[in-house]
Amino acid sequence: MKILVAVKRVPDWQLKLKLLADGSGIQTDGVKWILNTFDEIAVEEAIRLKEKGVASEIVLVSIGPADMRARLEYALAMGADSAILVKHDGPVDSDLASRVIAEVFKRGSYGMILMGKQAIDSDSNQTAQLVAARLNLAQACFASKVVIEGPNALVTREIDGGLETIKIPMPCVVSTDLRLNEPRYAALPNLMKAKKKPFEELSLEALGVSPQLKLEVRRLSLPPVRKAGRKVADVAELISVLQNEAKVF
Amino acid sequence: MGKILVFIQHDQGRILKGSLVALTAARQLAAAWHCEGLVAVTLGPGAQVAANEASSYGFSTVRFSEAALFERYRAEPYSRAIALASKELGADCIVALASSTGKDCLPRVSVLLDAVQASEVVAVNSDGTLKRPMYAGNILADVQLAAGNRVVTIRGTAFAPATKEEGGSCEVQELHLAGDPELYEQPRFGEIVSYEQSKADRPELSDAAVVISGGRALGSAENFEKVIFPFADALGAAIGASRAAVDSGYAPNDWQVGQTGKVVAPSLYIAVGISGAIQHLAGMKDSKVIVAINKDPAAPIFEVADYGLVADLFVVVPELTVAIKNAKGA
Repeated sequence: MKILVAVKRVPDWQLKLKLLADGSGIQTDGVKWILNTFDEIAVEEAIRLKEKGVASEIVLVSIGPADMRARLEYALAMGADSAILVKHDGPVDSDLASRVIAEVFKRGSYGMILMGKQAIDSDSNQTAQLVAARLNLAQACFASKVVIEGPNALVTREIDGGLETIKIPMPCVVSTDLRLNEPRYAALPNLMKAKKKPFEELSLEALGVSPQLKLEVRRLSLPPVRKAGRKVADVAELISVLQNEAKVF
Repeated sequence: MGKILVFIQHDQGRILKGSLVALTAARQLAAAWHCEGLVAVTLGPGAQVAANEASSYGFSTVRFSEAALFERYRAEPYSRAIALASKELGADCIVALASSTGKDCLPRVSVLLDAVQASEVVAVNSDGTLKRPMYAGNILADVQLAAGNRVVTIRGTAFAPATKEEGGSCEVQELHLAGDPELYEQPRFGEIVSYEQSKADRPELSDAAVVISGGRALGSAENFEKVIFPFADALGAAIGASRAAVDSGYAPNDWQVGQTGKVVAPSLYIAVGISGAIQHLAGMKDSKVIVAINKDPAAPIFEVADYGLVADLFVVVPELTVAIKNAKGA
């Protein structure tokens, strides 16, 4: 079974973000790009399925500018087999990403599409579901366990209030949650070897996908800053302010 | 604009508070976008009771279905039914709570209706754009949705729950499922194999009124249990943890509050032994009142805390636990 893993790059969440003065975007000069945390988990899961002998080949797909290649090479160094970069310099919304991934899926014979449940920049949590609906496939979102059983995938999902395990026919779309696995680090020698793995560049035009967006980000702003409160001297004072000032109990 | 369809979630007929929050947002959207009014749909066992309850919230009509294929939530039948209801009722905007159900099925609805979706909206701006958090709430974006059908999911902590409207109740009718033959292609949807409910003796982290979170300073899983559990139980609180505490194995992953974990906004958030990394602050800074307990007076958590106590947590948290029990008992 071939697995298609969709990945995106995001600014490193450990660094503080700065807005452009006009609020039209974030400052990308000097931003350190990383693989989206949840997508990295998807890459790791695909590699584990391959190590178990369930998956035969892992193909990465991403949409973005040419320098996205470095992030794809990192995922190749983790253990993916080949990568497809759909080159696009403009903004991408969930709708456009889903149309690209669905189109790439149609060009291969994949048993599963894996991707993070959300990108930690736009936090939309839509792309996996959109792809599944476009292709009329079953979906299992927010996965914390994935087991392949014959023609079906058994996926445990993290839902409000508990865990639910569903059995869905393949091909299917699975979106990964934080608990699914702990991604490995790509070793340096593998990073060198990754540069020699098959790497295909495509354009939106070649895929027949329109760059038209449906969601336009008009302005970005920083949320109101919380002002630091005050220090209390001891437990008794803390109890007193919680009861009398904050009135929380 | 046409009508707004609100997807109402319920538990055996009891409407979720979060769906009433989504309704408040839907009322604001109806005003900002000059919509023709509100309609609702509810599905699953107890849907008729929920629909009757919903009928006095100012909708012009409410549809329900308790058909067997809605017995447990699954993305495919639910999204098809919501899309069907919107077509039947002439809605061009769907609003729902961004619960795990809403997050899972609304994007499918937006494909079925060729719509655009804005997720986790926290405010409706007067110019018709919507405010939603990005980068785990470190940045707020005003987004414009393309013309045509629209889907909006609402963050459950961002609006006050709607109250009933005067003028009595509206018509309540069963949803006609015959409109979508694909609804009956069940094998394709798969099946639910098992369900394991989290220990229900504490409130759910994402919508608890009080959250107590522990950090790396706890030092071990045993200490976490010994110090944090009784403290949380004294306050009837949900338990959270910093990523450092989770990575060190002191607390399970699903307790993680932060950018890569859960985003919470309770009335009271108490951070115990948490230094306050950016990634953690992103998950809790919208809490109403923040209390920090940390022995390092320079810890960044104090920059966002309303009340800070610089002390050894192993001394003060047990004291607090006793004091709170006494105060509550009094």
